[in-house]
Amino acid sequence: MAEKGSTRILDGNNAAAQGAKLSRVQVIAAYPITPQSPVTEKLSEFVEKGELDAQYVAVESEHSALAVCTSASTVGARAFTASSSHGLAYMHEMLHWAAGARLPVFLACVNRAIGAPWNVLNDQQDSISQRDTGWIQIYARNNQEILDSIIQAYRIAESVYVPVMVCYDGFVLSHTEMPVNLPSQEDVDRFLPPYKPHTILDPANPRNYNLVTFANPRVNAEGVLCHGYMELRYLLQEALQNSRETIIKVGQEFGEAFGRTYSSTLWANRLDDANTVIVAMGSLVMEATVAADILREAGHKVGVLGLRVFRPFPKADVVKALEKSRLIVVFDKNISYGLEGATCSEIKSALYGSSVRAVIRNFIVGLGGRDVKARELVDAVNRSLLSAKEDDLTREYPEWICAI
Amino acid sequence: MKTTAVNLTEKEYALPGNRTCPGCALSLAYRHILKALEGQAIVTVPPSCLTVLHGMYPITSVTVPCVNTPFASAAASATGLLAGLKALGREGPTVVAVAGDGGTYDIGIQALSAAAERQTDFLYICYDNEGYMNTGNQRSGSTPLGAISGTTPVLGKQQNPKDIVAIMEAHGIPYVATANASYPLDLYEKVKKARAIRGTRFIHVFSPCPPGWSFPFNNTISIGKLAVEIGWVILYEVEDGVFRLTSASESIAKQGNLKPLREYLGQQGRFRNITEEQIEALQRWVNARWKRCLDRAGN
Repeated sequence: MAEKGSTRILDGNNAAAQGAKLSRVQVIAAYPITPQSPVTEKLSEFVEKGELDAQYVAVESEHSALAVCTSASTVGARAFTASSSHGLAYMHEMLHWAAGARLPVFLACVNRAIGAPWNVLNDQQDSISQRDTGWIQIYARNNQEILDSIIQAYRIAESVYVPVMVCYDGFVLSHTEMPVNLPSQEDVDRFLPPYKPHTILDPANPRNYNLVTFANPRVNAEGVLCHGYMELRYLLQEALQNSRETIIKVGQEFGEAFGRTYSSTLWANRLDDANTVIVAMGSLVMEATVAADILREAGHKVGVLGLRVFRPFPKADVVKALEKSRLIVVFDKNISYGLEGATCSEIKSALYGSSVRAVIRNFIVGLGGRDVKARELVDAVNRSLLSAKEDDLTREYPEWICAI
Repeated sequence: MKTTAVNLTEKEYALPGNRTCPGCALSLAYRHILKALEGQAIVTVPPSCLTVLHGMYPITSVTVPCVNTPFASAAASATGLLAGLKALGREGPTVVAVAGDGGTYDIGIQALSAAAERQTDFLYICYDNEGYMNTGNQRSGSTPLGAISGTTPVLGKQQNPKDIVAIMEAHGIPYVATANASYPLDLYEKVKKARAIRGTRFIHVFSPCPPGWSFPFNNTISIGKLAVEIGWVILYEVEDGVFRLTSASESIAKQGNLKPLREYLGQQGRFRNITEEQIEALQRWVNARWKRCLDRAGN
């Protein structure tokens, strides 16, 4: 199906704001931080001009931003926030709370490095550090995907009652303009119906949400056995596990409605005959594609696997995508200190027990906005090709593409 | 019509059989707060003794809707409730944040100050038991000078509490008041009044804590009354900038002098190690605040 709507030249932050507007968000709470600030400025402009019928709450901190969103979501409103880096870290407690409370809150994470020392530029340490908070995490490669993912995120979140974070690279996408197709409001309304809350906040029907909960199940006043804390945690895990199906279904329906299909948790580029696969996430996937093309010209069978969905981690999809690979080169814009890049660990974990027996190499790249050139990716893959041996499947620690 | 013990509504929203300690002043205060709101409220609560009062899932002792929220976020949660209600066109119930002194003076003050600055249309009630009683009595920004606590175990606290009500008044909000669980009708009237006002309203409720302060649990009411008689607690309200003493504090201002502080301190084990210098310093602190209030009241 051909694309509909209108095409505009937008930076990533503006694309995010347009995505929120098209999703008819009802409560927005955010606190400024570089490089996220333009998202909230744009949304406040939409509200003040009367173009978006929403409550805009200019909070005093990121912690409060997400507290506003969780409580607004408990009332039944569609809530939006955005942050980066230290702001996301400051939200950490509320990230757990939103997921634990099973609220379909949305957060745009404009990926940025975390201090000390101060650095306002891009890497993915911020969102990776929040991977265990129970949120669905989707990473965008370009500005179109930012907008499209936000619209899909509300459908997903409101179907599975799990909050969704769409992550996009600071400056690389947030402040870089590119053509973005804006769907019409009517089409988005058809795709994304109003939120039907599963919570009830009404004095006529009083409920107490998230009060102290024992580890073990406990009977209520009517003698019915109700879940303990551990059962509630199980249900959150189950929701995340099952959300893959919803994410794919929503992506397919998005394609049917708007002509851009998101039918996988992954982005696959030239994987069909590839025995060497570059793995990356976010805008780095685009750079990796350029690197793969260069390597192809040199005669190597190289493909690219982009992780679109990081939580739930699409283990089976990853195994299938890598089944022909003999060498996997994972580039991480994050580091789990004392171990390796987070996506590398996840890839290894997914492959355990599968039939894939590939050499895995991990490179830490692009921290604090360090430029990642396709040529550097090519060099890293070439080095990996030279060292790829049956008795040298993996390394204890990653290599760094930096001056040390 | 003035509310009295005779015509006060018998309808209860905080049911008997909750999990608070015997003699808990919060339990009494909360009953009257919910009566004054006639149950037409959505409450949001950070971790505190009120969380204990509300009970353990799946049983709660309270018949108003409640949203629990992390410690620092009571006022932000209230803001979110209001924004959500407004967005959905469901305004009506009073949004009430109820937090202890730890959740108000200390970890929650940032969100509270910001909500007041944004003129958020909600009622914030701080019940003050002068320490982190839910976690076993550690010192807070409200703990008095000389008081022994879990984190001032030998020397007692070395600082005076901050004046949270003055801080909130400085935000220029339309209503601030102090109350005391030993004067439940005064509290009731203030909540009822605050309920009808738009904008941010702040009520401070003095809540004696028998286990935390080390006094017999049947003395809660008398300790609370004595606190007013010695001037540690001054019952007043400031409505649109107009200051007014209320209840027992109004009577004391008219009829005579404060009782000496020593009598109050002697009834509580937490002051067992207080020094003469500290008693004098506390007395000076009490006297200065009482004089400020008398001056403001035009006495």
